[in-house]
Amino acid sequence: MLEPILPLVSKPARYIGGEDGAQVPEHGPGRVAWLLAYPDTYEIGLPNQGLQILYEILNERPDAVAERTYAPWTDLEERMRAEGVPLFSVDTHRPAADFDVLAFNLSAELTYTNLVGMIDLAGAPVRAADRAIDDLLVGAGGHCTYNPEPIAAFLDFVVLGDGEEVAGEISAALAGWKAARVAGDPVTRHDALTALAGVTGVYVPALYQPVTDAEGRLVATRPIDPAAPELVEKRTVADLGQWPYPRQQLVPLTEVVHDRLNVEVFRGCTRGCRFCQAGMITRPVRERPAEQVRTMVAEGLRRTGYDEVALTSLSTADFSGVEDVVGAIVRSGERPAPADEGEGQGPGSSLDCGAGLGGPGAGLASDISVSLPSLRVDAFTVGIAAEIQRARRTGLTFAPEGGTWRMRQVINKLISDDDLYGAVESAYSQGWRRMKLYFLVGLPTETDEDTLGIATLARNVVEIGRRHHKNPSVTVSVGGFVPKPFTPFQWFGQNTRQELERKVGLLRDALRRDRGVQLKWHDPRATTVEGIMSRGDRRLAAVIEDVWRHGGTFQEWSEHFDLQLWLDALERQGLTVEELAYRHRTEDEALPWDHLSAGLHKDFLWQDWRDALAEVGLEDCRWTPCYDCGACTGYGIEHVVASAVPPAGGSQGTGPSPAAVPVALGRRPVPAGAG
Amino acid sequence: MRLRVRFSKLGKVRFTSHRDVARIWERALRRASLPVARTEGFSPRPKLHFGLALSTGYESLAEYLDVDLVEGTIVDLAVLPEALTAALPGGLAATAVATVPPGTPSLQHAVTSSRWEVEVHDLDLATVTARTEALLAAPELVTTRQRKGKDVSDDVRPHLLHLQPQAHPAEGVLLVAELGAQNRGLRPSELVALLGDGAREGRVRRTHQFTEHDGTRCEPLPAPHALERAS
Ligand code: SF4
Repeated sequence: MLEPILPLVSKPARYIGGEDGAQVPEHGPGRVAWLLAYPDTYEIGLPNQGLQILYEILNERPDAVAERTYAPWTDLEERMRAEGVPLFSVDTHRPAADFDVLAFNLSAELTYTNLVGMIDLAGAPVRAADRAIDDLLVGAGGHCTYNPEPIAAFLDFVVLGDGEEVAGEISAALAGWKAARVAGDPVTRHDALTALAGVTGVYVPALYQPVTDAEGRLVATRPIDPAAPELVEKRTVADLGQWPYPRQQLVPLTEVVHDRLNVEVFRGCTRGCRFCQAGMITRPVRERPAEQVRTMVAEGLRRTGYDEVALTSLSTADFSGVEDVVGAIVRSGERPAPADEGEGQGPGSSLDCGAGLGGPGAGLASDISVSLPSLRVDAFTVGIAAEIQRARRTGLTFAPEGGTWRMRQVINKLISDDDLYGAVESAYSQGWRRMKLYFLVGLPTETDEDTLGIATLARNVVEIGRRHHKNPSVTVSVGGFVPKPFTPFQWFGQNTRQELERKVGLLRDALRRDRGVQLKWHDPRATTVEGIMSRGDRRLAAVIEDVWRHGGTFQEWSEHFDLQLWLDALERQGLTVEELAYRHRTEDEALPWDHLSAGLHKDFLWQDWRDALAEVGLEDCRWTPCYDCGACTGYGIEHVVASAVPPAGGSQGTGPSPAAVPVALGRRPVPAGAG
Repeated sequence: MRLRVRFSKLGKVRFTSHRDVARIWERALRRASLPVARTEGFSPRPKLHFGLALSTGYESLAEYLDVDLVEGTIVDLAVLPEALTAALPGGLAATAVATVPPGTPSLQHAVTSSRWEVEVHDLDLATVTARTEALLAAPELVTTRQRKGKDVSDDVRPHLLHLQPQAHPAEGVLLVAELGAQNRGLRPSELVALLGDGAREGRVRRTHQFTEHDGTRCEPLPAPHALERAS
């Protein structure tokens, strides 16, 4: 059914599966069949680590089986609808209806219409309330599900937090129910939902109801079934070392983003940047043992044949094993050297890929490149970067986020101008020519002076570059700030679209004459829709469905994004952007996600919000006394870090100044004072 | 040292593009721990040389690839096809490997023609046979094709080297064709179009590629073909 249409669509290789690492699923009545879905293209979805981890974990269980699906591009979807071909798994091309669970990974609000489209293409009613006993159970997890209310109507269940343990528990909870259903025993869909609600970390929207006051304002979201807990707590895997997944990272047959080996070195972040939802909701910090990282890198490279590995986390330079691990990879990539290699060896020897078919020495993974996608701004970081990116010296990215020191105190990104300039100086001096700087506009308390501070920083960075190169170039990437649930900024009224556009305009004018500075910005219209979804409530389901029915899929893709569809849909529902996105929330106001918990105390977040407005920064709680945010204390777990002292570096004022950082990775020490 | 590899591409993996296959080979060679020579310079690339591109969606029993190995490498050719196949994703298999002497012309230039099996749907054997005979009898077959965005007329008759319809076991007709490859050659889809109204292209499989050497036609690798694998 499917194969005959594949020659007719663009990039058919994304629909065929067969990647190295793909599982061979064995379906059966005793197994809950999961169809793991990413609501965007294969190219974006395939690298998603969360989905890959669940894929493996579920397939290792005797009571579960898992396959994958991604959103078919518009050309294929059109043909599928014309020929009656339903949503299928890429692994075996099984139709979605052959599965029990359709589970989405949600990491971006603009994919919500694709989620609806995929449920429909799967052959299930898009609204959970309309589904019958044999229809798919539709679930979702991922960062967006910390406020699942806008999509609650489409979902049978929602998972909060780390999926490693909970996916197994969900399978166990559903296995008996499925067996009974298959055997024809009298079970209901409600039975499945109550079983799911019994799993910690699982939220079943149908078992709750929003309560509103006379004016229609939300008072609370309350359980309406005894099986549903008052407060749904997120799940946290205490020890990442117990979950060395993915063991068999998928190696795609066709082009995808982040096409490299990805090894997660830790989860969580305690730097406390106030705009960053990921940092808040993934606390506490859980490091993977350095030894395990080395093994995962060595085995992953050998197995996949990649020549690039990314050490992923929210801030990889904070990983206490970073020197060891990076050093080991770098040395493994160097050609075998004569006897005096001894001092430089260390853990590197374990990474030797060994002799292969080509005889002794031939199998050394030559020119392995390492990337650290999240870098802190300091000389230490640049030192590491210098070691590892020798082979492919492309651009280096820093994220000061705010244009002035005042702004960065508000957002708690405590990087001084000098930290940045020092890092930039040492990067240029070590041969980089291109820098990328990330900033947000529309942050709380932001003035035009703060916005224009971005231009000043960029200009100064180019100036520094000119001392080292003829034509240094700096790309300034500007995103509009979207307030997110479970952050101190959740109460802040987002800047209007017009205001964001004005700020981008200010920057454009200010940088017009600056050769060497390139300004790029995220479309403020898309930012506005993200803002509506980010803190929205259940009324938005009708908006999302409306946009989807009017053809609004792939809204993440600028060529498909259509603001007017959203504005029209809002109007039809009697909703306004002003109320949903632009309005400041008050302290006593009920928030749509108050019945869910990311572990953070609401009063901690409120205090942090007050501190932000008072321009008071907080130091990293990993190295200083606890602020009792709730993330550790509430769950009886702690940060898992190998090192009791902060890594060197000045970005949080916790280490020595950049100039004094001794960097000794590999053979070529960075000259002291380079920063 | 230069290795020449013959490989097959069968089944769902036929939907990968020429570029995809190049990337897959780069990784497979690293997985097999073969020390591939790299270009000098700012961003070194492994020295792999592919032959004529196979259109996305077509199968093949006879794709070729030249690999330059690091100087001084010793390889056991006997085990190489199996080792490479193990490092490749399902549907791709190395079927023969040999070393080629320095100065051997590149595959791009050397290959003069390919043999194809083309499934033709929606026409019966008698019709296809009649039309095939007409094509072969024509002194000239002028086709209009796009080149650099412009329509160009070519006589493709010289590229029609062999054409033999036979009954297909499953559906329609199987056309065995040998088509010239140089100077833009003739593509299977163009051949099906030449068959005229109602002809629809089904699966297409390249079975051989040929080079000419001192006036004799031979294959880029002397080794015998492995048995056809199930797709
Ligand atoms: S509970 Fe304390 S130590 Fe743990 S993340 Fe929160 S502030 Fe930091």
